[in-house]
Parts: sequence; C-alpha cells; structure tokens
Amino acid sequence: MALSHAQSESDSQIPCTFASRYVRTALPRYQLPNHSIPKEAAFQIINDELMLDGNPRLNLASFVTTWMEPECDKLIMASINKNYVDMDEYPVTTELQNRCVNIIAHLFNAPLNESETAVGVVTVGSSEAIMLAGLAFKRRWQNKMKAKGKPFDKPNIVTGANVQVCWEKFARYFEVELKEVKLREGYYVMDPEKAVEMADENTICVAAILGSTLNGEFEDVKLLNDLLLKKNAETGWDTPIHVDAASGGFIAPFLYPELEWDFRLPLVKSINVSGHKYGLVYAGIGWVIWRSKDDLPEELVFHINYLGADQPTFTLNFSKGSSQVIAQYYQLIRLGFQGYKCIMENCRENAEVLKTELERTGRFNIVSKDRGVPLVAFSLKDRSRHDEFEVSDYLRRFGWIVPSYTMPPDAQHVTVLRVVIREDFCRTLAERLVLDIKKVLHELDSLPSKFLVIAAGGKAAEEEAGAGDGVIRLKKREVEIQREITDAWKKFVIAHKTKGVC
Amino acid sequence: MPRYEMPEESRAKEAVYQMISDELMLDANPRLNLASFVTTWMEPECNQLILHSINKNFVDANEYPITTDLHNRCVNMIARLFNVPLGDSEDAVGVGTIGSSEAIMLAGLAFKRRWQDKMKAQNKPYDKPNIVTGSNVQVCWKKFAKYFEIELKEVKLGDGNYVMDPEQAVEMVDENTICVAAILGSTLNGEFEDVRLLNERLMKKNKKTGWGTEIHVDAASGGFIAPFLYPDLEWDFRLPLVKSINVSGHKYGLVYAGVGWVVWRSKDHLPQDFAFHINYLGADQLTFTLNFSKSSSQIIAQYYQLVRLGFQGYRSIMKKCQENAMALKEALERTGRFDIVSKDNGVPLVAFSLKDRRRHDEFEVSERLRRFGWIVPAYTMPPDAQHVTVLRAVVRCDFSRPLAEKLVDDVQAVLQELDALPSRCPSGGRNEQWERR
Repeated sequence: MALSHAQSESDSQIPCTFASRYVRTALPRYQLPNHSIPKEAAFQIINDELMLDGNPRLNLASFVTTWMEPECDKLIMASINKNYVDMDEYPVTTELQNRCVNIIAHLFNAPLNESETAVGVVTVGSSEAIMLAGLAFKRRWQNKMKAKGKPFDKPNIVTGANVQVCWEKFARYFEVELKEVKLREGYYVMDPEKAVEMADENTICVAAILGSTLNGEFEDVKLLNDLLLKKNAETGWDTPIHVDAASGGFIAPFLYPELEWDFRLPLVKSINVSGHKYGLVYAGIGWVIWRSKDDLPEELVFHINYLGADQPTFTLNFSKGSSQVIAQYYQLIRLGFQGYKCIMENCRENAEVLKTELERTGRFNIVSKDRGVPLVAFSLKDRSRHDEFEVSDYLRRFGWIVPSYTMPPDAQHVTVLRVVIREDFCRTLAERLVLDIKKVLHELDSLPSKFLVIAAGGKAAEEEAGAGDGVIRLKKREVEIQREITDAWKKFVIAHKTKGVC
Repeated sequence: MPRYEMPEESRAKEAVYQMISDELMLDANPRLNLASFVTTWMEPECNQLILHSINKNFVDANEYPITTDLHNRCVNMIARLFNVPLGDSEDAVGVGTIGSSEAIMLAGLAFKRRWQDKMKAQNKPYDKPNIVTGSNVQVCWKKFAKYFEIELKEVKLGDGNYVMDPEQAVEMVDENTICVAAILGSTLNGEFEDVRLLNERLMKKNKKTGWGTEIHVDAASGGFIAPFLYPDLEWDFRLPLVKSINVSGHKYGLVYAGVGWVVWRSKDHLPQDFAFHINYLGADQLTFTLNFSKSSSQIIAQYYQLVRLGFQGYRSIMKKCQENAMALKEALERTGRFDIVSKDNGVPLVAFSLKDRRRHDEFEVSERLRRFGWIVPAYTMPPDAQHVTVLRAVVRCDFSRPLAEKLVDDVQAVLQELDALPSRCPSGGRNEQWERR
C-alpha cells in the first residue's frame, strides 16, 4: 500500500530508537520537516514529550471523564476509523446513536408515546448542543415575531453570570444579547425571580443550569418554571426555558429523582447534557434533546444527499469520530440505571468525606452545597497571609491539579479552590489529597506572607492580590524590609531545592 | 438489547462488549468505503499514541501544555505549507477544529464581523451580508449561511463544467459580499477551482469598486495534496486576496475523523473580540472555537503524521494515490462502458458515468457493488447539471493497486449481471437531487 513507501532507508536497521540519530535532533516546531523518520522514533519521541503533560486522572479541575473500562477502550479503538457522518455506510452506529437519544430523552421524562421516537442529536460536547438549542429558540422566536408583524432584530437570552463560556460564545457568534443575572455573596447561581424580571418580549429563552461550574449547585428550575408561567400568562409572550444540564443531567435522575427540573416542567423545551462528564465517556460527546418535533424548526434541518443517500442533519460539525457514541451506548447498557446510581452515590459519598476532612482542618469554609454535582469548593478562612492561588500552586508539586478562581460579578472578591469528584476518584485518593493539603498549609504557614513581600515592592503583584480584601500591610523601614525579603527568599530557595537527580 | 429505555440492571462488561461488537459487524467496512475522503487507516504506533491520550480533554490547555504545544506546532507547519507570509519563528494565526465545517464557520464568522465593522465605519447598512460560491459547495457552506443568517449566492454549474466559474463569481460580487469562497478539491469530481484567476479578476473589480472583497479557500481535500503534487499551483496565501484557508486533517492530512485546521493570513484577519479570554479551571485561557471540550487524540495524531512523514513522505503517498487513481481510471475506460467525469489533476478520485443509461443507471451499479462489499456512491450533480449522474471512487492512501484491480473486476461483474436483467426504469433513470429540503 501507498504508506509503506514512506519509510526512510534505515527503518529496518535501527536497533533501538534511543541508539539512533533521531533522538539527537529536536522535533520541528514551525516548518514541516523535509524527510520522514521511522515510525518507532516518531512514536517514542512524541510519547516521551507527552510525559510532561499533567496526569489526567489527577486533574481534579475537570468534570470530564478520565477513565473507562478496557472493554470499552477496545470498542473505541475498533471504531476509530469510522466517520460518524457516513450514516448510510454505518447504519448500526447510527442506530446506536438513535437508541442513546431515546434512552436519554426518557431519562429526562420527555413526553413521548410508547413507540414515538425522541427528537435529539449527538454533538461533540455541550457547546455544540447549546448552540443548536439556542439556534432553534432564536428561529422559533423570529418566526413568532414575524407572524405578529413585530421587529425581530434584537433577540436576547436571560441567564446567570455563572454561565459557562459557551453561552457567551453563542451570544456573540449568533448575535443574541446576553442578559446576565448578577450573583452576590453567598448566592452563586441565577436567582429565578430576578431572571423572570429580566425577561422581555425579545427574550428567546431563559437558560437555567443544572450543576453550576463554579460550585456544582443546581438552579431551581421548578421555581423558574412556575414564575415564568405566571409572567407568560400576564404578558402572552410564551417565553420558554432551556436547561443546561451539562453536568447535572447524568446526576439528578439517579441521586435526586424527585427533583423536578426536566421535561416534567411544561416550559422546558430543550435540555443538553455532556456525555463526557457524568455520562462517563471520554471527551468529545454531548447530547441535546428537544421536547418534541415542534420545538425544532424543520427549516433548520438539512436533508442532504451525502455519499448517495438521504440524511437529515442538524449539527454544526459534520465529519467526526464514532467512538464516543459507541462508548456512550456501552455505558448506558453496561451500567443500567442501578449502575449509574451506584457510581453517583459513591461520588457523593467521597465528596462528603473530602468535605468533612477539609472542615476538620479548621482552615476552610465550604462554599459548595451538599446537593448538586459531587464536588467540594472551599475557601481559606484566613486570607491575610496566603491565598487560594498559592495553595493551588503548591498542590501541583504533589501532582494534584486543584484549580482556584474568583467568582464572577458581583462576587469577585470570593476565591475558591474546587475539587471535582469523578467516578475514578476513590476514597483512598481523597484521603491522600487531604494529607497533601495539610502539608501545603504547613509549608505556607512557615513562609512570610506573600502580601508583605508585595507591599515591599511591585504594584502589579498587589493588584493580583486584590485590593480591599482585608490584607494587613505593615509599615517597615526600608532596610528591615530588604533584610526580611532576602531571608525569606533564601529560606524559600533552600526548602525548594530540587530533590531530583540532575 | 434495550432500545428506548435505560435498562434497570447492570450487565457484565464482557457480555456488553460482545453484544455491541457483534451488532457493529453489520456496519460496512470503513476500508472499503470508497465514498469517503476521510482517513481509514493509521500505523499501529499512531494508534498507540491515540489510545494513550484518549482521556485527555484537549481544552485543558493549562493542564496539558505539551499537547497544546503540539497543536501550535501543527498550526505553524500547516500555515507555512500554505505559504503564509510570516518570519521563520513568528507564530501563525490559526486553530485546530473538529473538521472543516467548524473551520469554515470560524472563517466565515471572521469575514462577517470584519465586513460589518467596515460597513458600520462607512455608515452603510450591514443587515444583508452574502457569500459567493459555486453550487458545487459542500453542505457546510449552506449550513453556515443558514445558521448565521447570510445569503448564499451560488454560481450555477454548466454542462461539462462542474466547478465555480471565477468570471461569473466575480460578476455576482456586490457591496454586501463578505467573501468569495473557492474550493480546492470539489467534492463532486475532485477538481481544483482556479483560485489564481479568481484572485486576478477580483483584484481588478476591487480596484474599480473600492469594496476590498476577499477570498477564502476551502481546501478541505486539496490542502494536503496541492503542496505536494502541484507546488507551482498558486492557490494559497501567495495570492494577496486569500485571507483564510481551511483544510481537513482527517482527509489527506491522513488522520482519522475528527480534526480540521483553519489558518488566517495574519492576526488582522481575525477580529479581536472573537477571542474569549476566560478564567478556565483557574488560569487565563484563550478560546475561539465553536467546540470546547474534545479529544486530544486526533491533534496528537496529526502531529505524528507531520513529523513521521515529513514533506517527502506526504509527497510519496500522494503520488501513489494519484497513480492508483490513474490505474483505476484507465481500467474503467478499457471496459468501454463509462465516461470519465473527473479530471486527472486534483483530488485522487475517479468519477464516472455510464455511457448508456437507457436500461440501467448508476444507482443500480452502486447498489449491486455493495453486495461485493464495496461502497461506491452514485449521485446527481447540482444545478444546472442535474441530468448528469456519476459514480465516484475516492482513492485514499490505503487503497492499493490490487484493490483497484479487484474493484474493476467487480464492476465488470455487476455490468454483466445488469446486462442480463430487464430494464428497471423505462424512462431512463432516477433523478435524485444532490440536495433536497
């Protein structure tokens, strides 16, 4: 075959990659190299450089699945060369997608008859799902306004300031105004009352989040629905709801089945969920489900003659891999309702253990709620000498990736550390993490405050530290300050001398 | 197997693996899917790298800095392959996407925004943007137009001419045209559109009108062919009006489905407010793609290919593909039953029609070939050439000469079968539209 002719001459003669000349030159960065290199060399060199990436399993920043069973990995590799969009060629893969759509729609209590098929589609993630849902709302709203002879050039969406960036992208790319309900201290999700107040005739939908990125909280979709129903009755505007259940969609049905957040609420017209978060599949898959065909304007659906057969398509992406769809189906069948429930219960319990241990240190306030996505968001009680960013930095040295970030407006003075509990984060790891956090606190306690150092010099660092957060800045004579800084850095350098072999 | 409802209980993993694996046996074999340009084979070493990184979410740039760096290296290499006017160690402006659809949407959005800004500055209306392209465009352009509310002005095809005519395209350009999109490697017959001529004519018109209309090249297929087989063909950033180019990594970039690339001439061509700076997982991160979380595997695989093959490796492969395409074409011609619709220069594929369509048509040939395991699609051309139907076999890197010979054998077997049957369609054939609503 054509590829075999791409070998370089000495392919068969190399005893070992590390003995070859290929490890003496750096890999190219800017220009396509002129010649080929042997596949073993290419593999080894790239593989080795990738060792310096973080370990996905210790990346406690992300909700996205980082482990699947070997049987599933096998299925994934077996279908890695199937282009999902070739539906006519791969009818079984297409059928598996349809089954997933139906299973998930039923999980969300879509009002379907016995043999009715659900309306939904697989996407690359919740970003694409949200854009499709938003596009459907925008088109329906435009059609509605046109029919009434009203202007349709200023659509808007109402949501909380805690939304994930994909909503901001949607708004910007699709020219919809984003009206954000501001947060406040102690209340880090969208307030349904304020949201409904903000809805006007140009509101294409109100978007609620089931599982806020910041602290895992579920927004009160039922309250939103009730208030919006009332307003709709008064105004006649018929404003609908979209639920961004990227994280929560595969948690709520198993842990909180009585919680009404989905199609049981009449104003909810579409829901998105990430298959690659608590759907327990690797990155690259999301789902969007519509209540019924009426909620997805037919004019947005393309029927194409692609590769010789009719294919309806409503996605932004076209060609993409099939592996994640097959993996999602595997999980739904392999685990079943009970399996997912057990996994979510484990996650919740491990989150509880982590939270309790952190509370026991006496050094942290817990910002996350017990009910919601299994994660623990926590702040330092005392931020006068060190802050959460430093804790996060120091934890990296132990291998953990625990991010810290400030809340969006109007709660920007609040900083949190956040640990997401995924399926593959067991109790043992949770206990080790707490041990390491205690070590970090101990280290930081022995260091001078980073804010004193900042006070001695550097406006920029001061800005980063955040003005008005109750930091004590002592006045000292210049010499004293300089001596203190030099001593502190000396201690710092000695303490952090590399333990590795050079 | 459950179809519509989630089963209540778990099942053993070995059993589930077996059940799903067995059902999937009924999908076609991707290697015999001659309908697609998308790569269906990679080396085992690359498969290993893919599996190792399957659990890395590409968007976590701060957590996976090496993966992010590999992505940036790919952007730089591809931009330079397209002769982007940059210094040796200057960073190119571009991004990896899921495929050419996303790439085209990003490029189109950039054009739309820049055009809006220009019209606003001139106090002119900016509510009716349009794009000029040939009616041979792939569906993603129509999606882009529909979803982002842009009018699509299509240059109709003519008999024997199945790509966009640059002269007609330039004629259609008006003040509301955000860009003219040319295709390097038309889906229908693999032909490369004459971007150089388009550039020339458009420059002339721009001089007269002062509109500054620009070009985007959809090089989904051609972008990884032209630089290796036709290096003297001027179609890329060597032409001054070309401001952005997309290419599918998963076509002749030789990577599995799920990776595309878009590069801009310079940062001036990418509106600043498209780049979102977010506080993601605790670090400042730049994002401007439509998709967010996605697999890292294909990006790493793309880098593997670029470094493993190098310029010579890709050239060698493209030459072989072209040779195999020629061999297939000649063998089909020798049967005496077909007209060849594709050109020799372009994407390595063979598009062919029956000389005599009175008793049987191309759709029947396509159907019967399936029984031998081959997927060779048949379709009608878009307007105004809807009376032309073709069969199309794409030659990918894993389509060897022996396979080509076997295909022709089976085509002949199919013709023999059809000759022995009565005609299915008295009027001479179906007329399935290239696209219908």
